[in-house]
Amino acid sequence: MTEPLTTLVGPAAPLMIANVNTDMIAPLYMPGSAGRQTFAMSPEDLARLLFAGWRYDKAGGELPDFVLNRAPFRAAKFIVAGPNFGCGSSRDTAPRMLAAFGIRCAIAPSFGGIFFDNCFKAGVLPMILPDDAVQALATAAESGEDFALDLAAQTLTAPSGTLRHFDLPAFRREQLLTGADDITLTLRRNNEILAYQAREQALRPWIFLAPQRIG
Amino acid sequence: MEAHPMAPSPAATLFEKIWARHVVADYGDSFSLLHIDRLIVPDISSRALNELRDRGLPLHNPELVFGCADHAVSTDPGSNDPRGLNNPYIVNLREQARHFAMTMFEPGEFGHGIMHVIAPELGLTLPGLTLCCSDSHSCTNGALGALSWGIGAGELSHILATQTSVQKKPKTMRINLEGRLDAGIVGKDIILYLIGKIGVAAGNGYAVEYAGSAIRALPTESRFTICNMSVEFGARFGLISPDDTTFEYLAGRPYAPKGSLWDAALADWRQLASDRDTAFDRDITIELAGLAPQITWGNSPEAVVPVDGRIPNPALEPDSTRRRAMEAALAYMDLKPGDAIEGIPIDWVFIGSCTNSRLSDLRAAAAVVNGRKVAPNVRAWAVPGSREVKYAAEAEGLDAIFRRAGFEWREPGCSMCLGANGDIVPNGQRCISTSNRNFVGRQGPGSRTHLASPIMAAAAACAGSIVDPRKFSGVAS
Repeated sequence: MTEPLTTLVGPAAPLMIANVNTDMIAPLYMPGSAGRQTFAMSPEDLARLLFAGWRYDKAGGELPDFVLNRAPFRAAKFIVAGPNFGCGSSRDTAPRMLAAFGIRCAIAPSFGGIFFDNCFKAGVLPMILPDDAVQALATAAESGEDFALDLAAQTLTAPSGTLRHFDLPAFRREQLLTGADDITLTLRRNNEILAYQAREQALRPWIFLAPQRIG
Repeated sequence: MEAHPMAPSPAATLFEKIWARHVVADYGDSFSLLHIDRLIVPDISSRALNELRDRGLPLHNPELVFGCADHAVSTDPGSNDPRGLNNPYIVNLREQARHFAMTMFEPGEFGHGIMHVIAPELGLTLPGLTLCCSDSHSCTNGALGALSWGIGAGELSHILATQTSVQKKPKTMRINLEGRLDAGIVGKDIILYLIGKIGVAAGNGYAVEYAGSAIRALPTESRFTICNMSVEFGARFGLISPDDTTFEYLAGRPYAPKGSLWDAALADWRQLASDRDTAFDRDITIELAGLAPQITWGNSPEAVVPVDGRIPNPALEPDSTRRRAMEAALAYMDLKPGDAIEGIPIDWVFIGSCTNSRLSDLRAAAAVVNGRKVAPNVRAWAVPGSREVKYAAEAEGLDAIFRRAGFEWREPGCSMCLGANGDIVPNGQRCISTSNRNFVGRQGPGSRTHLASPIMAAAAACAGSIVDPRKFSGVAS
């Protein structure tokens, strides 16, 4: 269950690097601390750790050049990124850290597949646009002026006022708009799941294991 | 109109056959609700179980869910906490497994090890099954003809509660790997070469099937290495059509079907291979004859050179984004363009991980190490992928070979692949690693990783620098 995403207005942080992986978005190590991520992270921890390897020096101090440490982008609501954004691991702290920071829309020409799916779970819209459009948006983003997203209308408005449509499967759009709990939704179909299992059990009984431990 | 039951079904790929079998409901736009036949929960994702418990939800099928202590578990041979009693991840997984009456493979006991090593080894992975783990290297299991993919912890909760997952059907790609390999060239060299050639995003949106004469000739354990790194070029699914090699590997495994159930399963599995005349959305052929041992130089798995090659020059890269990434990687890795990769001094060697920690990997490395010594100033670790691998290796005396040479012989776990348990490469040190990712800081803050095969890692440990393992006796056998 996530906070519904309907509209989003704010600056877009440009990060035009190709193949930004989940280790970069959600580092395993916090600079300036000997310890590793704790067992359960608070929203504050998540927001603080986003891009930590690029945001902080070895002593934990802010690196002033990194985009999220620059004035307008401290309140970024969007990120505009290079191709294959979020490649790497299945670690869903990556989109959760974006969301905790306040970035609920990532715009890129392409995304790592598992990260892309994890975004919807975290209430983050991964928006795929053509290369040249992303490049133009990254340039426009440098001003720090506001972008505006209208998810129901599937439009993104750049600071210049240019309005652009984007594609999104209806299933995914509804997931973000309502922030609905997908477990509850799927369990409404439990009869279908049970019927499937009964059918498969008859056809391919080796799939279903007895509920006891071997060994 | 419904097809006549005797009409030949249209040609299909292995992937499409497994997908079609698992659709519980069609959601439109290529989205389906798929049944998940096996689910593995690693220690570091056990929080998903707490979430379910907090909501008062049961596991949909606890007998299909398995807990695994691998990422957070200590691999220290002298660990004073071998059962992880002070490890919050393992303690929590144990407590939740007990609450939900699901199986957990305890540290040091039957079934213990890295999830992508133990799932095939125990026969939990079978041809035609769907298997999910909250780990991107789940694609490893595809080497047995299963459909297996990585999910985030959020989706893990969904599968725990429903035994299903909503997935978008990807396109299909076949990668034909052709030609005879020279002695000492293994699965790791093949997959690194492939990623270097097609790039880290080539598999985005595809389910990849590996085929061709080289795949057919490869033993199952090398097939795991290849499928394991599918996700490193963006393919969430990597598969190999099951064949007699697969069935021989699975026969007699603890969770594999037995007796008449085995016969029925085998008859079913023989129908799974991609049909001969099937079209894939993309078809690639890679020639492997004459392939040299491969190693990475940068911070992306596509930054690959042959061991007799040179560090590339970013000035020759026309694309500015790629050029900047190359420059950053050279600076991080402390390397100079144009230098030979061979001869670069190293500090650490890590033989292990879900990519290369199986018995055949350890045998190949031990053959190189046998009768030699780890170079002064190099620390070398051998970390078996599972308790079963460890016992089998010790029964053959491999542990003694490693120890005599100066390697540390450790307990099973993910260990220094990502250091989630604290096994890290110190800041600024250079490591030859048999794992799958060479990202910035992957093996610890400031660590410098070169990915290579267990054979090359073993040779480098003895040479004290990156070296062409073909110069070593024990390799070309």
